[in-house]
Amino acid sequence: MTEVSVAKDAAPAADGLVVLKNVNKHFGALHVLQDIDLTVARGEVVVVIGPSGSGKSTLCRTINRLETIDSGDIAIDGRPLPQEGRELARLRADVGMVFQSFNLFAHKTVLENVMLGQVKVRKADKKAAEEKARALLDRVGVGTQADKYPAQLSGGQQQRVAIARALAMDPKVMLFDEPTSALDPEMINEVLEVMQQLARDGMTMVVVTHEMGFARSAANRVVFMADGKIVEQATPDQFFSNPRSDRAKDFLSKILHH
Amino acid sequence: MNVLLDHLPEFREGFIGTVLLTLASGLLAMVLGVVIAGFRVSPIAPLRFFGTAWVTLFRNTPLTLLFLVAWFVVPVIFAPGLNPWTKALLALGFYTSAFVCEAVRSGINTVPLGQAEAARSIGMTFFQTLRLIVLPQATRTVIPPLSSIFIALTKNSAIAGAFSVTELFGVQKLLSDKGFAIAWIFLWVAIGYLVITFTISGLFRLLERRMGVAR
Ligand SMILES: Nc1ncnc2c1ncn2[C@@H]1O[C@H](COP(=O)(O)OP(=O)(O)OP(=O)(O)O)[C@@H](O)[C@H]1O
Ligand SMILES: [Mg+2]
Repeated sequence: MTEVSVAKDAAPAADGLVVLKNVNKHFGALHVLQDIDLTVARGEVVVVIGPSGSGKSTLCRTINRLETIDSGDIAIDGRPLPQEGRELARLRADVGMVFQSFNLFAHKTVLENVMLGQVKVRKADKKAAEEKARALLDRVGVGTQADKYPAQLSGGQQQRVAIARALAMDPKVMLFDEPTSALDPEMINEVLEVMQQLARDGMTMVVVTHEMGFARSAANRVVFMADGKIVEQATPDQFFSNPRSDRAKDFLSKILHH
Repeated sequence: MNVLLDHLPEFREGFIGTVLLTLASGLLAMVLGVVIAGFRVSPIAPLRFFGTAWVTLFRNTPLTLLFLVAWFVVPVIFAPGLNPWTKALLALGFYTSAFVCEAVRSGINTVPLGQAEAARSIGMTFFQTLRLIVLPQATRTVIPPLSSIFIALTKNSAIAGAFSVTELFGVQKLLSDKGFAIAWIFLWVAIGYLVITFTISGLFRLLERRMGVAR
């Protein structure tokens, strides 16, 4: 992996909740993930940044096996990801995922979106599921929209519903793939605030984002990717004030100074 | 005119025969078609292969040939002692299922991939994803082609008449053999089919409107 040492407070704890070892993935001839080693500790917030096409989304998606890998190992909470099937489905339920394009179930109301996984996957009782769904919707600030369909909500509201839908499964870790990139500027903050709160509550999070403010204030660690490799990882302070690799310096100068 | 009144029982029996055969083989085709469409989009390669083979076979074989196979091959190899009605049901149902499958599959393809990904990422199995998320959203695009498929099925069921299953078209043969005026017989038979096909397209238009209102 990288030669760059990671500062003490950014060092992954021994019990990695998410552990990737020597992960490789190709799309045809394109080697999108190259020897990726990454450990995310319980309660840790890891922000993944890097130029477009560097493999951030792919990395995120391999963690709950929406993308298969060619070689290497991925384990969640000590259990290796199984093959496609019932067991994998169960494991996926423990990994929440928030997409750039929200992907709320278009034919279901907001409330149903948040109840569905609880009832069908966790086999929760309908009434308990509804109570929990309403509490979660309140928590992300869209409680009054419960009976609307996703298309009737603003992007920011939809993304907060998507977060509530993922939280309803009581995930051990939450993956965010550019959760604010499809949002109008005035809606970005309402989503980031929900994510900040989650981080403060101790949720383990892997966040792909270009929101450097969020990385600075909420991340324990920044992972910088380029060309399918993890080039550098450090605390946000270290990374933003003193990036070591040329790739990172170049990237930061592009996104911070214009 | 008199042909109809004098032979009302025959016409009625034929009409009911066509309705029943269409309903039953339509139901069979729906169930098979949806299941095979599920196979064709499944992550399991042997299922995908089976689905593709099924559609290729039944969509590209003339229906009359399928009837002949059902009558003369199936009883010898698989199931002796099937009655004609069941054989007609199988031939029509299997044949139509290939078309239903393709309509459903193209409907599935109109549902954005993100919907299935979101469903899988909250831990739904492939079949839960298909049944709870993808198929319900595909329904709206599938209804118009299904309407045409079932109208075609109604008319295709006439082939069963040639294989001595009691149905509307067979009535025509029965009566014209008895020497009644052919034009009148044809007219009444045609009206019988029109009643059925109009009902089908009406029902489907109603369904379509319903789905349109719900979102
Ligand atoms: N399904 C796919 N098939 C083929 N190539 C793909 C596929 N998905 C991604 N790629 C390619 O893999 C590379 C990495 O893609 P990825 O989406 O992981 O990048 P990213 O870092 O998330 O970029 P961005 O910031 O633009 O979202 C890109 O070159 C992309 O074109
Ligand atoms: Mg991406």
